[in-house]
Order: sequence, then structure tokens, then C-alpha cells
Amino acid sequence: MLQETNVKAIDKVVIRFAGDSGDGMQLAGNIFSNISAEKGDEISTFPDYPAEIRAPQGSLSGVSGYQVSVGKDVFTPGDEADVLVAMNPAALKTNLKYLKKEGVIVCDGDSFTAANLKKAEYATSDPIAELGIDPHRVMLVPMTTLIKSALEDSGVDQKTMMKSRNMLALGIICWIFDRPVESVLRKLRAKFAKKPAVYEANAKVIRAGWDYGHNTHSSLPVYRIETSDARPGTYTDVTGNTATAWGLIMASEKSGRPLFLGSYPITPATDILHELAKRKDLGVKAIQMEDEIAGVCSAIGASYAGHLAVTSTSGPGLALKSEGIGLAVMAELPLVVIDVQRGGPSTGLPTKTEQTDLLQALYGRNGEAPLCVLAATSPTDCFHMAFEAARIAMEHMTPVILLTDAFIANGSSAWRIPEDKDYPEIHPHILPQNVLEQGWRAYDRDANGARWWALPGTPGAMHRLGGLEKDARTSVISTDGPNHERMVKARREKIARIADEVPPLEPMLAPDADTILLGWGGTYGHLMAAATQLNAQGHKVAFWQFRYINPLPANTFEVLSRYKNIIVAELNTGMFADYLQMHLPMKEIKRINKVEGQPFLVREVVDGVLNHIKA
Amino acid sequence: MEQNENKAYTATDYKNGQTARWCPGCGDHAILNVLQKAMAELGIPPHKTAVISGIGCSSRLPYYMNTYGMHTIHGRAAAIATGLKTANPDLTVWQISGDGDGLAIGGNHFIHAVRRNVNINMLIFNNKIYGLTKGQYSPTSDRGTVSKSSPYGTVEDPFIPAELCFGARGNFFARSYDTNLEVSREVMVAAAKHQGASVVEILQNCVIFNNGIHSYITDKEMRDDHTILLRHGEKMLFGKNMEKGLVQDGFGLKAVTVGQDGYTLDDVLTHDAHCRNNFLQQQLAMMDGHDLPLALGVIRDYDALVYDQEVARQTLEVKEAKGFANLRDLIMKTQETWTIE
Repeated sequence: MLQETNVKAIDKVVIRFAGDSGDGMQLAGNIFSNISAEKGDEISTFPDYPAEIRAPQGSLSGVSGYQVSVGKDVFTPGDEADVLVAMNPAALKTNLKYLKKEGVIVCDGDSFTAANLKKAEYATSDPIAELGIDPHRVMLVPMTTLIKSALEDSGVDQKTMMKSRNMLALGIICWIFDRPVESVLRKLRAKFAKKPAVYEANAKVIRAGWDYGHNTHSSLPVYRIETSDARPGTYTDVTGNTATAWGLIMASEKSGRPLFLGSYPITPATDILHELAKRKDLGVKAIQMEDEIAGVCSAIGASYAGHLAVTSTSGPGLALKSEGIGLAVMAELPLVVIDVQRGGPSTGLPTKTEQTDLLQALYGRNGEAPLCVLAATSPTDCFHMAFEAARIAMEHMTPVILLTDAFIANGSSAWRIPEDKDYPEIHPHILPQNVLEQGWRAYDRDANGARWWALPGTPGAMHRLGGLEKDARTSVISTDGPNHERMVKARREKIARIADEVPPLEPMLAPDADTILLGWGGTYGHLMAAATQLNAQGHKVAFWQFRYINPLPANTFEVLSRYKNIIVAELNTGMFADYLQMHLPMKEIKRINKVEGQPFLVREVVDGVLNHIKA
Repeated sequence: MEQNENKAYTATDYKNGQTARWCPGCGDHAILNVLQKAMAELGIPPHKTAVISGIGCSSRLPYYMNTYGMHTIHGRAAAIATGLKTANPDLTVWQISGDGDGLAIGGNHFIHAVRRNVNINMLIFNNKIYGLTKGQYSPTSDRGTVSKSSPYGTVEDPFIPAELCFGARGNFFARSYDTNLEVSREVMVAAAKHQGASVVEILQNCVIFNNGIHSYITDKEMRDDHTILLRHGEKMLFGKNMEKGLVQDGFGLKAVTVGQDGYTLDDVLTHDAHCRNNFLQQQLAMMDGHDLPLALGVIRDYDALVYDQEVARQTLEVKEAKGFANLRDLIMKTQETWTIE
């Protein structure tokens, strides 16, 4: 069949599905990325949705997008799409800017009604011409008509028919990207195992889409995606928020400490609460509290009781939790705080991504209140870093803030499900009986600088914690000046010592270059792609993405001082650059910044680096 | 180090040797002593008891206990106690708050802990003033209260803790005052025995900033006529010789003298703390010692589903029903997976 058409082999492809929130774009995108992952493709997805739950149908503000990248060396969901699927004129208008110049558009021609054109604020009755699109790049598919004829005698009602437009689009996409319809049908059979009639109808619609592409548009390019070799193992598809929840469960299993979540709904972090609430089936106690403050405070209570205690939130919630986190610093209790960053300040851009909570995480408390700050680099890295956050909290008796962001929290990638041996045991710093018997006091420290975790219910270990300063020797409250300074330093030292366990900074790609590109957290994919591209173009650039923010890897400044150009790219106006600059005053830290609520585009980073090198 | 769980405890077992640093004459000293006696009477070992407080004079209390305890941050004791109790329902958890800590900055946590019916014992030390910050009016200060932050008198009405408790669908409310050691001990024991959120208001005298605020009910010569001790199943009688009683009067209550105006002992109401309908209990709790005597003792004590027990039950049930061995087992059985050789 393919001989008849024009086949292009490429190593990765980006598809953007856009429509009303009820159009099922995410489902279509998910199925496509999953059948690709099964073939061994790497995948990355990115939902881009409005803050409104149900904006008016067909309106410009109601369009939501779902971008999928599949193939080889997929670090990001892609800057721009090779193919845009637009389910109505509004989706076409708002999403055209995300399409490559030579990209292909698949559009529902039946949706170009006078009413829809008006809602999408077109001046003419021809959106293609009005937007200046080359008609040869457009597949204007009469989706509703095709579905009606495919389901003519099936007894399916009109409303259900309209709901299967996403499946028609998926059928066409499968044709364009040379994916067998059968692998999609396998997924659907599993999904609709109990509703065979629904499955049958959807199967007919998908086939109709595939046939339509094959029969009528053979002049458009069909892509064959080269697959990459993934590590052997069993895989699934996870979002960053789900991976975060699972990483915490893994830490609970590896530490023997039951998992407790005290939380309050907030975009874009709520899915962590949802997932852990479901995980009562693994013994997790996840409770929704009356506010953000109660979320962190209930977690502090659970931590005192001996649980792996977590609170999950986003920027505004982190602000509300500050005083509680300060109490955990002072009481020296383990606590994991997940901050899924979004656009700020204040309510800001709730559904969009940013890296603007860095300084709040590092410094947003009264008094000298150091704690450990980590950042996850990708949806799957959320699992690893959530595990790390829990491990450090329980082994070092400290609150840990894990920074993720809306981009990696909602985005997904293929994830190799870890086996038991892939993660180490965690050793919570629980008061040993022999230490108790030697006359233990609540704020005694071991060689690591950590206080012991003495769990209520333990005979003989009754003690009082609190927000007031304690005497370093007797553990009773103290307002003595020199003692206070000693305790301030002890708390700081405890955090500094975590650096001994932080993996060293080892520049990637071209370590001996003059220039190093640095980032932290969720921008990893875009920066890695940009650095790779720069090296491929002959510009030698080293690259490192930080995951441990406080403490930094012990060799950070020694390594960085070797580079002529140190460039930090981040989605804020320079918070991490300032943080590094503070420790590295003799070097000028150069910056690439963006605060638009959207991830970097790879080319923005490439251009930014080139500008700095040339300057 | 081993402790015999069946041993008889005395108040001393709950004292930790630290000298209480409240002002001489402060009502908190008496409440601390009574609490330790109540704990001994309950016989729950110190290592299974936790006392959680917020910020304020009364919130220093955990530092004087030989139990587990945490002196936390302003207003948050109820939320921290909720987490502690939900994580480990085997502990007996007491929350100590003043009127400012519990009902102003901590008002939200107070009503939600009561609504959820978390099995914690919430003692509200009500002196109608902020003491530790040296004398500002509180959310329980009467209208017109002159304080450092209201030099011309307050122009706002106070919360009545009982009304807030009932409004939050509370199932246990009791009241005492600091110098009434016997009733204080009685209501603390009842609060601990009640399963669910137990709110105990203790009228407390701040000798420095609000001295005598409760004296119209607590003074020796006043208390017989201005308070009534309620006990479940007993007639609502008060007065020096128990000659007065409470009777129903239309939709309200009325104080009468038995044997006068045709009222007999049969007309006097019998207290029912266990009644689900809280209408009459709420009216009793709202009596303020002026027209009608202030009610002391256990006013409401109704058994309802308990939050921390329900969380534990549901978690166990779901876990057993699903039967996953661990996270990996769950992912393999519930997620769409694929294998790459």
C-alpha cells in the first residue's frame, strides 16, 4: 500500500491534537503515543489546557491542546508540530502558530459551519484562505459525514456518533504515520471490554479514517518513524504527578514507614492527591484537609506519629505552608513538600508552567530555616526524586521541598517499571533502644547531625517538641543567645552534610568545552535537546541539569570555575543564576530566561546560547 | 524502661519536673494539675498520651507534661492533632488552645476538627483576652471590652465557644472553670472517654490582663445562683439549696423556684446529654449566667462515626479487597504495560 504514497523516513514526529475539551483529544493522543511506545519509541506528551473547566463550545477560549512526540531521542513534546489535528475552526485559528511551516493540517470540514465560524471570529466563510494556509497542506475531512456513513446501519445515535470524531481523526493519523489500525483496536478492545457495541462502533470509525486517508490523500507524505532501542523491561506510560505519587509509595515500601498525605486541592498538583487517595488499596492514608495550612500541619502531626508524611501543593499553597514548614525545620521532623510550580505571582497562570518558586522554596520562611530542595527533570524523574525526597527527609530528619512543574506534572513519558532491586532500602532515623537507655534527650544528635525520631507509643521516650528554641544539651526551651546560634548552625550543618550523598556534577556532551549550559528541574528535555543540537552543529557545549538545589553537588563551584561561559537557562527572570552567582562572584553567570507560562522551545535555547557565545 | 500497662497511675506520672512559668495566681496552674489527675484516673500510660498545643499562655502546657507533646504554631494545634491521631489512632490526643489560638487564628481548624469528629480532646482555656501578647481583646471578649487594642471598647460581638461547637455539628461539649477542680476533672475524664471530637471550655482567669472577667459566676457568693451543674439523667436543679430548677417555657427555658408559682419538681427538666437532637442542649449551652445560670458539666455527649477510625477502617477494607502485594504488583495488574525484550 505504501508504495503508492510518498513515504518519508524520520526519527521523530510531533502531533498536536486541538479541539474543544469534550472532543476527546487527549484520549486520541494517548492511544497514539502508547501504540508507538509499544514499538519501542520514546514518547513525550504535553497537555495545554485553559483554566476554565468548560468554556463555550466552539469558542477560541475553549480550545485545549494535547501535543505528542514519538520516535528516537525524544527529550521534549517538541517545539512545533509536524501535524496539527484541528477539530473546529477555533482550534485551527488558535493552534496554527504551533505548526511547522511545512506541517500538515487535518481538519474537520463539517465543522466549518456559519455558527462555528462566527464563534471563532472569522471574517469570511473560508478559514483556510483567511489564515493564509497553503490548501495543499490541508486534509479537510468531512468527519461527521464519514462517521454517519460508517455507522449507517449500526443503530448508534447522533450524539454518540459525534463523540467518535476523535477516533476518526486517530484513524487518519495512523495512516499518516504508518501505524497499523490493529494495534489501536487492541487498546480499544481492552478499554471497552464490557461494552462490545461501543467497541464495534469505534472500530468502524477508525477504519473509516484510515481508509479515507489512504484513498483520497495519497499525495500527502506518509511518515515512517524509526524506532529506538529502549532498555529491556516492562513499561507503562506515566504523568509526572502519578510518578511523584508512586515514588512516595516506593519510599514507604523501602522504609517500612506508612505513607500519609495531608493536602488541599490546587491546580496543577491535585492529581497527586487523587492518585494517593486511590492508593488506600496500598494502605496509604491520604486526607483532604480544610486548607493548605491544615494540609502541612496534619502532615507534621503524622510525621510526629512516625509516618512518611507528605503535603502536595503549588506556589500559592507553598506560601501558606511556610510557617508550618518552619515548624518542621525547628522540630526537626521528616516532611516532604511537593510544589508543582505554576505561573505566578498570586493566582497567576494556574494551568501554565514556570520555575518561579525556587527562591520561595529556598528562603521563604522566617528566621534561619534551611532545608533540602530538590527538583525533578521529567515526568519519569518525578518518581526518582520523590523517592529521594522521602529518603533524605527520613534519614536526615528534615523537611524536603521537591519542585516539579505543570509541564512535567501533566506531561507523560514511557517509564520502565522499576523492579524491587532497583531502589535501595531507606533507613529512617528512628531512636534505637540502646540510645534511649543511655539517657537520650530529644535534641541529641548523631554523627550525621540529625536528631532521632522517637515515636509516640514508645515507652520511656516521652519528649516535647516545638517551635521554641531548645537548649542543645538539655532539650528544654531556651532563650540563651549563644545556645541559639549553636542550634542555628547545627541545623544548617545538618543540611550541608546531605551534600555527601548528592551525585557529583559531571558535565555531559562536551565536558571540555569553553561553554557550559546549565538548567535545573523540568527544563531538562528542552535544554538537552538544544545542547545536543548545538554540538551537532559544531558548537562545543557542555551541559548539566541540576536536580539537587540545596545542597548543591559538592564539586559544583570547582567544576564551574573551569568554564569561560556559564549559561543558565530557566523559566523565570534568573533565580537559579542569581543563586549560583552568589556562590561564584568571580564569574559572570549568563542567562537565558522566559516567563510566558510555556516551556522553552529548543530553538529559543539554541539561539540564546549562540548569542552568548558570540557576544 | 519497661512500664507496666496495668499499673495504677498517679498525677505525678504525668509531671515532668519543669516548673510551670505562668504568672502566680494564673488559672492555668489549676487546670494543669487537674488534667494530670484526670489522666491518672483514665489510666492511659504517659507514653500513649500526646498533648498538642498552639501558641499562647495556655499552649505552654505540654512543656510541663511527662507525655509526648508538641508546642506548635499559632492556631494550628487542631490540624496537627488531626494528623497525629489519624496516623496513629491508638494514641490519646489532647489539644490545648486558648480562645485566641483556638477560635481566632485557629477558628477554621477548630470547626473542621469538630465537624470531622476526630477523636481528640480539645480543651479551650477561655479568658476572653490575649495574655502572652499583653492584653488585646480576643474573639470571645464581650462587646465593649476595653483593652490595649480596643482603647475605646470593642464594637464587635464575641463568639460563644459552645455555639461554634454546635454550629460545627459537635457531638461533645462540656464546660467548667479553672477553680472548680472537681467539675474540671469530671468533664476531662468524660471528654477522653467520648469517642470523637470532645470540646471542653474551661473559663480561665487571667490575673494580669483580665482579672475577674468570670467572677460574676465563679465567685463563692455568686456561683450557686449563677451556675448549674448538668449531669445526664439528673434534674436540672441549682441554687444554694438546690431550690431552683430549669423548666421549659414555650420555645425557651426559664429558671423557677420549686414550690413557687405552681412549679413542682416534676416540671423541672431532666438532662439528656446523649440525645441526638441538640436543640435543648444548645439552649442550655447558651445560658450565660445572667438571666439563666451558666451550664457546667457535660452538656452534649452523643456517639457518632469517628473520623480517624473511619479512615483506618476504609483503608484496611480497600486494601484487603484489592489485595495488591505492593506498588509493582498494582502497576502490573492495573496499568497498560508493554515489554521490551
